[in-house]
Amino acid sequence: MQHASGDKRFKILEAHIKKFQGRQDALIEVLHKAQELFGYLEDDLLLFVAFRLKLPPGRVYGVATFYHFFKLKPQGAHTCVVCLGTACYVRGSDRILAAVENEAKIKAGETTEDKQLSLLTARCIGACGIAPAVVYDGVPSPRQTPELALAQVKGWLSHGH
Amino acid sequence: MVIDDLIEIAEKERASRKKTVVRCCMAAGCMSSHSDTVKAGLEKAVKDAGLADRVEVRGVGCMRLCCQGPLVGVDPGRNLYVKVTPEDAPALVASIDKPGSALNRGDPDHAFFKKQHSIVLANSGEIDPERIESYIEADGYRGLHAVLREMTPKDVVASMIKSGLRGRGGAGYPTGLKWATVAKTPGAQKYVVCNGDEGDPGAFMDRSVLESDPHSVLEGMAIAAYAVGASQGFIYVRAEYPLAIKRLQTALRQAKQLGLLGSGIFESPFNFTIDIRIGAGAYVCGEETALMASIEGKRGTPRPRPPFPAESGLWGCPTLINNVETLANIPPIIRHGAEWYAAIGTEKSKGTKVFALAGKIANTGLIEVAMGTTLRQIVEEMGGGAPDGGTIKAVQTGGPSGGCIPASELDTPVDYESLTRLGSIMGSGGMIVMDESTKMPEVARYFMEFCMDESCGKCIPCRAGTVQMHNLLDKIVKRKASAADVARLEELCEMVARTSLCGLGQNAPNPVVSTLRFFRNEYLELLGPATANKTEAS
Repeated sequence: MQHASGDKRFKILEAHIKKFQGRQDALIEVLHKAQELFGYLEDDLLLFVAFRLKLPPGRVYGVATFYHFFKLKPQGAHTCVVCLGTACYVRGSDRILAAVENEAKIKAGETTEDKQLSLLTARCIGACGIAPAVVYDGVPSPRQTPELALAQVKGWLSHGH
Repeated sequence: MVIDDLIEIAEKERASRKKTVVRCCMAAGCMSSHSDTVKAGLEKAVKDAGLADRVEVRGVGCMRLCCQGPLVGVDPGRNLYVKVTPEDAPALVASIDKPGSALNRGDPDHAFFKKQHSIVLANSGEIDPERIESYIEADGYRGLHAVLREMTPKDVVASMIKSGLRGRGGAGYPTGLKWATVAKTPGAQKYVVCNGDEGDPGAFMDRSVLESDPHSVLEGMAIAAYAVGASQGFIYVRAEYPLAIKRLQTALRQAKQLGLLGSGIFESPFNFTIDIRIGAGAYVCGEETALMASIEGKRGTPRPRPPFPAESGLWGCPTLINNVETLANIPPIIRHGAEWYAAIGTEKSKGTKVFALAGKIANTGLIEVAMGTTLRQIVEEMGGGAPDGGTIKAVQTGGPSGGCIPASELDTPVDYESLTRLGSIMGSGGMIVMDESTKMPEVARYFMEFCMDESCGKCIPCRAGTVQMHNLLDKIVKRKASAADVARLEELCEMVARTSLCGLGQNAPNPVVSTLRFFRNEYLELLGPATANKTEAS
């Protein structure tokens, strides 16, 4: 059975599920793939995964909401992840976060209205030797300051204005 | 694959080695400073200079002094270059024949390097982590061959007990005893799990080991599996470490291709396969029972122990869970013998420990020292003290489960018991240095916020207690608290520590307790003047 939308990404996801022989314990691996393909996990997608792995939808939703890595809402075109690990914290990452929050007028965990920027925080990305670190669109940058972060983020925010 | 094949690969690798090796750090720290373009620049410069026949540019794992990255080393001569840019490449290559250029030079004789005792990190920064041949040249998989051909599983367990190795994930349980329990437990199916869910903020030792020397972990797992009688292994890595995951996948593929994993390894009856499981951002999954739930595809919540995983683990089968660094210690112990290992370190803590040195310190990066090295040697001699003339106020070990050790206790030797005596723990190895600008009640609030967010919510003391403790700490930091609030905080610390289900809750109060013990004044100064007077009067 195909997904009603005919979206090809469901086929890719299905192939991934087959790779794990439909094993229920592969749920987290499957959700990783689903998020990689679709950007976030909407209800319809979670139901599809539940159906394919023969798991109760509640179990799938429970797992998707338990782990921070899984996003249930669409993310912005760009992401800015401020590391709040201890090494970054003692070197002033809280000020970087505050500066970006202030500039983008969103709180950590939110996305700007124009869907350009998602501001996220990380518990520790393990880049403590180059603290404070900020990850812009998946690329970690060392020794950041509020000024450097603003310079990076401002370019994204001005799009579409 | 037989031993002769292994020797042949090593010899071929040795024979093809060029006269000069330029090592370029390709671990996550230097990669964020674009060491990949530096490496490409070096390769081009070597080609342009017509030196391709005698100079090799090699991507290697962590070269340790992360704060000065990208790092490049040139052998022979042990030359170290720091903060290298792609534009430096031609000058660096030219300096191979004509030393003495204007490049940024690092000092390989600095205490930061000289005081290191490398066992786990011996290959880190030396071999190419993406080529199994490079690991085999460094005697890789010889330990696995030795146990499969010359030792019984019982011998291997006995050897582990004799070595005195203790778990490097934090708790310090003797590795040999854990192995013996799993080996003794009957069961047709057993599992070996590598805990690579390094969640403590400020800790990046396991990331570096996985990125720099992934095969040592695979070999360690295979030896463990033989000793306890397991045929399937899992490596659980956090999703936050994409480079480590990629290198592990490469390493697994190569090991399988050469028949070093799979069935009939070294033409023995021993079969072992390893699968990678990727975490999804839950700190509590570092706790072994929560980690197993996560591998089974469930919400990562812990369960009461006993039964311990050694008796009833993954899918109810006997399961051995060891941390990345613990497993990386196994091949060298087998190669050099248990007595060799037991001779390093202190009476109760054997061997070495890898620490991630970070925070307000001049030299941040990765260090491996013999157990019993004092904190002062680590922080002042190796770390070079606080940067910009600041003074060190405290050293935090053990992450959110650990404590803050004041500068007055810096002469404490690093071993499991000494750190516990100071109200901290060895933990996984994060070591964050704090200077005078860091306010201890704020640090306590920071860690409590962490535990509050990461509490899985299964047991009430942790779920509700961390919220209440965080509220009290917030009140204190905002100068709205009274002495009664501090008393209530201490009471809650005791209660949460005693009644929580797993290590997360049991240790969540540690940062508060240790800062109250050594920096009580900082808390009292924040209490409102009116309430402070009241306490004195009462």
